Amino acid sequence: MKMNINFKNRVACVGAGMTLFRRRLQETPDELMWLAAKTALDEAGLTIRDIDCIVFGTAPDNFDGIHMQSEALADGGGAINKPYTRVFVGGGTGVFSAIAGWWHVASGLCKRVLVIAEEKMSHVQPHPQYLFHHIFDPVTEKPLGVNLIWIFALEMHRYMYKYNISKEDIAKVSVKNKRNALDHPAAQLGAEITVEDVLNSEVLVWPVQKLDISPVSDGAVAIVYTDEEGAKQLTDEPIWIEGVGWSLDTMYWTNRDLAFPTYLYYAGKMAYKMAGIHNPRKEIDFAEVYDPFDYKELHHMEGLQLARKGEAPILTREGVTERDGDLPINPSGGLLGVGNPIAAAGLMKVAEVFWQLRGEAGRRQVKKDVVTGLAQAWGDLMQVGTVIIMRR
Amino acid sequence: MKPNNPMGNPYRMSDIEEGRLSYTEDYFEVWYRWSLGKYLGKYLEGLKNGVILGRRCRVCGRIYVPPREVCQYCFRETDDWIDVGDVGRVNTAVVSYIQADRTRIDKPLIIAVIELEGASEGMGILHRLGDVDPEDVISRRIFGKKVKAVWKPPEERTGSINDILYFKLVEEV
Repeated sequence: MKMNINFKNRVACVGAGMTLFRRRLQETPDELMWLAAKTALDEAGLTIRDIDCIVFGTAPDNFDGIHMQSEALADGGGAINKPYTRVFVGGGTGVFSAIAGWWHVASGLCKRVLVIAEEKMSHVQPHPQYLFHHIFDPVTEKPLGVNLIWIFALEMHRYMYKYNISKEDIAKVSVKNKRNALDHPAAQLGAEITVEDVLNSEVLVWPVQKLDISPVSDGAVAIVYTDEEGAKQLTDEPIWIEGVGWSLDTMYWTNRDLAFPTYLYYAGKMAYKMAGIHNPRKEIDFAEVYDPFDYKELHHMEGLQLARKGEAPILTREGVTERDGDLPINPSGGLLGVGNPIAAAGLMKVAEVFWQLRGEAGRRQVKKDVVTGLAQAWGDLMQVGTVIIMRR
Repeated sequence: MKPNNPMGNPYRMSDIEEGRLSYTEDYFEVWYRWSLGKYLGKYLEGLKNGVILGRRCRVCGRIYVPPREVCQYCFRETDDWIDVGDVGRVNTAVVSYIQADRTRIDKPLIIAVIELEGASEGMGILHRLGDVDPEDVISRRIFGKKVKAVWKPPEERTGSINDILYFKLVEEV
């Protein structure tokens, strides 16, 4: 890959805020955006007048049923009469909105940027899951009655087959993340559960069971970026954006290697190169990897080179990925525990890396001293990887 | 412990059903009529005739199924139509107890990615498996096994992926 890694401005994150994540929230989408944006600005010590532009992330329009979603919500984001951009890469949108915010500052175009991600899934009846029927190819796949859980189950089973992975080892991810989420003030599904609970939960599409999956959620998250000069005026503890990467694989997902997330391997390589990281396993202190399903945390650790192929379940079994382990993964509780309002869930991961690096995560704070953290999301038709690396 | 005081007010379905929360509803119906282009159009025509067609790129030699105009590796137009046959191997398979709207179904469906023999390695298509014991899927014994398409009678075919009823095993599990 040929890539320029010299940018005009170094970019710092100086504030983050979020709403509760819940199955149903009374607030409208723009009200949720307002709550998250105001909290993030307050934390950064800024007002909307200080903000040059707004970057917004949300997943498919049809959750709100208004097919110009970003425009409909602009008021809640403080975007009136300012440059306003919506980015979209499905489930990868949350981290991608943080990447898009970064380039607005890194390029020198803006000095202060507000990034907001919002999702309200609870509007959709009878079940939000049905909308995912409409992301598939209408010629080759949709007539078969395809749903999203089918294709995750197909990928999970291929991964289990290739590396001889047990359901028990995969369930440990769900147990860990739901337990971590007990310490998160915004979490929807923090719980103390066992591997047996996961294995005894409702079978949806074998090998996927109910407790293997993150919930349907409403929620919003916001972060604030400034350039280097602005950061030094605002805080003694700026968190620097050191690397970003993203990459897209083909929509023809049945033509891909389902046992290894190639899209993420390339996205990670791009971000590592920018951050000067040569050995991710040693140089990344902790990570928030995308975990809408428990197996995806393992799959993504391998794609990010935080584990060798087939090794992530072993690291999990040995406790390496626990909060007090050598490589904490999803100390927030992840999507499985905190919840999965799609775009907001990705930006929640970026916010968690920010809070962890500032030592502000309270009972969620990882045990080891952390300098470098990574957040990652995944989306579209299982095809995009989005990565951001932050340092204090 | 950040986030401090995350806000928002949760509600339950019962709050709506029992009139404690105001709401509004809307419904819209729309349908789409897709023109299929040169490639998927011919693919469906092939299915109507009981043939699964792929496209070959002569530069890298890859044979794509479903067929498409552009080779994603060479970024050039693909060159030839190839009959890839209706026999393949199971790349991965699952047992579905739900429909697309997440309602449960009585008789589970077996869904698979099938790598067709005449296409390049790793080029699979999504379809159903029939006459298969779910236990052979759960144990993953079915992975790598040879399967063959079971077609609708010619007069019932419409030019659809559903002109193939399902794939059936043609070797012992």
